[in-house]
Amino acid sequence: MFQVRVHGRGGQGVVTAAELLSVAAFIDGRSAQAFPSFGSERMGAPVVAYCRISDAPVRTREPVVAPDAVILQDLTLLRVEDVWQGTTASTFVLLNSPKPWAELAGAEVLSRFDPERVAAVPATEIALSQVGRPIPNAALLGGFAALTGAVSLAAINQAIRERFAGPVGERNVAAAGEAYRMVDLARHSSAWEV
Amino acid sequence: MRQIEGSQAVAEAVAACRPEVVCAYPITPQTHIVEAIGAMVRTGRLANCEFINVESEFAAMSVAIGASAAGARAYTATASQGLLFMAEAVYNAAGLGLPVVMTLANRAIGAPINIWNDHSDAMAVRDAGWVQLFAEDNQAAADLHVQAFRLAEDLSVPVMVCMDGFVLTHAFEAVEVPTQEQVDSFLPPYEPRQVLDPDDPVSIGAMVGPEAFEEVRYLQHAKLVRALEKIPQVAEEFYHSFGRYAGGLVSPYRTDDAHTVVVAMGSVVGTLKDIADQLRQKGQKVGVLGITTFRPFPAAAVREALWGARVVVVVEKAFSTGFGGVLSTDVATAMGPLRAPIATVVAGLGGRPVNAASLAALIEGSERGSLEKVTFLDLNRPVVDRELERMGARRRSGPSAENMLRDVASQAAAQEG
Repeated sequence: MFQVRVHGRGGQGVVTAAELLSVAAFIDGRSAQAFPSFGSERMGAPVVAYCRISDAPVRTREPVVAPDAVILQDLTLLRVEDVWQGTTASTFVLLNSPKPWAELAGAEVLSRFDPERVAAVPATEIALSQVGRPIPNAALLGGFAALTGAVSLAAINQAIRERFAGPVGERNVAAAGEAYRMVDLARHSSAWEV
Repeated sequence: MRQIEGSQAVAEAVAACRPEVVCAYPITPQTHIVEAIGAMVRTGRLANCEFINVESEFAAMSVAIGASAAGARAYTATASQGLLFMAEAVYNAAGLGLPVVMTLANRAIGAPINIWNDHSDAMAVRDAGWVQLFAEDNQAAADLHVQAFRLAEDLSVPVMVCMDGFVLTHAFEAVEVPTQEQVDSFLPPYEPRQVLDPDDPVSIGAMVGPEAFEEVRYLQHAKLVRALEKIPQVAEEFYHSFGRYAGGLVSPYRTDDAHTVVVAMGSVVGTLKDIADQLRQKGQKVGVLGITTFRPFPAAAVREALWGARVVVVVEKAFSTGFGGVLSTDVATAMGPLRAPIATVVAGLGGRPVNAASLAALIEGSERGSLEKVTFLDLNRPVVDRELERMGARRRSGPSAENMLRDVASQAAAQEG
């Protein structure tokens, strides 16, 4: 079982990200479950959502306490909550940041993770240029596919298109593809950090 | 199969049952269900259905009663305070023997206000005379609604399908959504047992004095007891129509040779099955008994499933304040005098995550007799003690809920610092 925790703020599409991830895993032929952390729903408030991907039906309902991957949609949450709860050195970490992660203030906290499993993508900037709105979730899902290989980009794209019809879907697919290529390229180059 | 939100799957299952009147009043976490049905009525995908936005939950159930008495297939959904607000009408639907179907997206009851999941709402109306079915996952939630209409109309009793608020209503998972053809072959058009017809006028729900009230109530009881036979039959027929098993009275998992059997209702059953598998790998014989039908209570089926158990642990998302477990009491009664010891674990109140590790530790210790009669899972005892201390020290010690909320916050801050 591959367990994912998405941290972000209300309005950033955190819950949608987890849902789309589960749909993508389903398209890939896996079993998947996604659910929100059920916080009070308001713009800007911290939101957590979960996704489990497995080859067997997912039965457990507890929140993800030992994530295999953490997606951090908003770096300001680092000061608000313990986004690293239950992580290990081998947890994948995907950050929404215009700066390479090694240059981030407080980057030393990331030194506990395998550097091969940490990536940063400028998801908000990608979303602004591709979609026209600062909603980083689609780009992060593309980055997630490249970083973890837990879902395919094709499935992410199909999940996005099923949720958002027409041009909005296509723009989000473009955002996911751009982030995918950035992370993928970085992983296969020497200065691999994005 | 579709990867779909629980509420959406239930909305589609309900729509496939061709309800003729749907009454809606929004309350979290059931809102997505009636919203989705409303959209289907608007687009014409659900034809011959009147979608009525009412002004309260009391009106929602009252309109459902009126519609059902006039011969329409009626549906509504609610949760928590909404259910309490309609409580009088909930009893009326049962007293009148009207086959209304309602989704209860289980949520805690205030005060203090809390929008999250537990089973206090369902427990508050367990004696109202409704059939109460509990869904373990979203496939069950969808399938139980199809069976609910069939049961309700066969027996002329109202049926409540309970699904955990947020945990199921807002969860995306794979569901085989019942198709229109399947449902049409399983659920015949509604043929009311009693109907208000201007051409053939009758009164229903008139005053009944002491001379017949007991008999009326006895008949209601007898009808619900008969449901214990009908429910497995309907589940069997459902299996033949849909090719998958759903519903029934109880759902045993690895109970045959189990020394410890954990009894529970709703979505926590899934977590418990994983725990049972884990503990079996360590050599402890653990099984799980999911209660699908809570009212009428399937005492014989429960007794049979628990026959070989040495210890019974009942995990409940509600309790009777000042006493203890509600389901536990029913389980104990069902097992009779020669029963194995029963321990109650109260868990998941007001949306508190049911932590699988803590729960597994409790169940692991249960065979050694380490469990108290009633345990509150992961109770933050220092915070409770601190408030008790405050209350002892000063008469005006302030509102307890707010005091404890502050203490929890400062506890968390101290841990981080």
